[in-house]
Amino acid sequence: MMKALTIFDISGRAMSAQQVRLNAVASNLANAQTVAGTPEEAYKSMRPIFKANFPSQQMGQGVATVDTDGIYRSTLPPEKKYSPQHPKADEQGYIYSAAVDPQEEMIDMLEASRQYQNNIEVLSTAKSLILKTLNVGK
Amino acid sequence: MNALDQYLKPQAEALSLRNKRMEILGSNIANAGTPNYKARDIDFASEYKSVVGQGDLSTTNVQHISMLQTSPPGQARYRVPISPSLDGNTVELHVEQLQFAQNTTAYEADLQFLSERIRNLRSALRGE
Repeated sequence: MMKALTIFDISGRAMSAQQVRLNAVASNLANAQTVAGTPEEAYKSMRPIFKANFPSQQMGQGVATVDTDGIYRSTLPPEKKYSPQHPKADEQGYIYSAAVDPQEEMIDMLEASRQYQNNIEVLSTAKSLILKTLNVGK
Repeated sequence: MNALDQYLKPQAEALSLRNKRMEILGSNIANAGTPNYKARDIDFASEYKSVVGQGDLSTTNVQHISMLQTSPPGQARYRVPISPSLDGNTVELHVEQLQFAQNTTAYEADLQFLSERIRNLRSALRGE
């Protein structure tokens, strides 16, 4: 049983979720240039999947916050390069570089930052309305 | 006391409904990146009528039909998207932002009316 959600819980958790997404993008971009000796060892980009979280006692009222449902690894095959001089090259002389698409990561980053901003906007609007309500009748 | 309640009720109920709607719109914005999330909203006019009970004609016969076509109170309905996205999410940020701004303005207006009523009440009590 979850307690009733307020606007601060809703937007706060959404901001945390976007933070997870930004962290994943940062990790992916940081590892974009890494190479490995086998396709299994090669870095595969991570991506969080979000899930709406409906509190049980507010069912049907349209109130929901966000949870991170899990981090999924990309199924894209790592790029195979012929480089026999490389210290990590396998017997055939191939190295495997990370399966990270920088364009995709940049788009994800922009989207995450926009959605983060949107949630901040909701939060600050809600806060100013609540402060005004506290002063009513004075 | 009852008269006081009645005097302040329209604005007080409107404020709590506006607050509820703000939470729903906030949920939509929070779930803008959630696959298969369906955006929701409440119809303020009909919700307000069902709470405050104004705007209906009195029914004196069982065969009279209520003029109010309301959904069950407290039910959020699903928004029909203008252009649905591939992941099944129906949140359109511009729509949500617009509704949120509209709701905020209306909240502030209700607040203004409420303060006005309280001020009137005070001046009547003081006999100014």
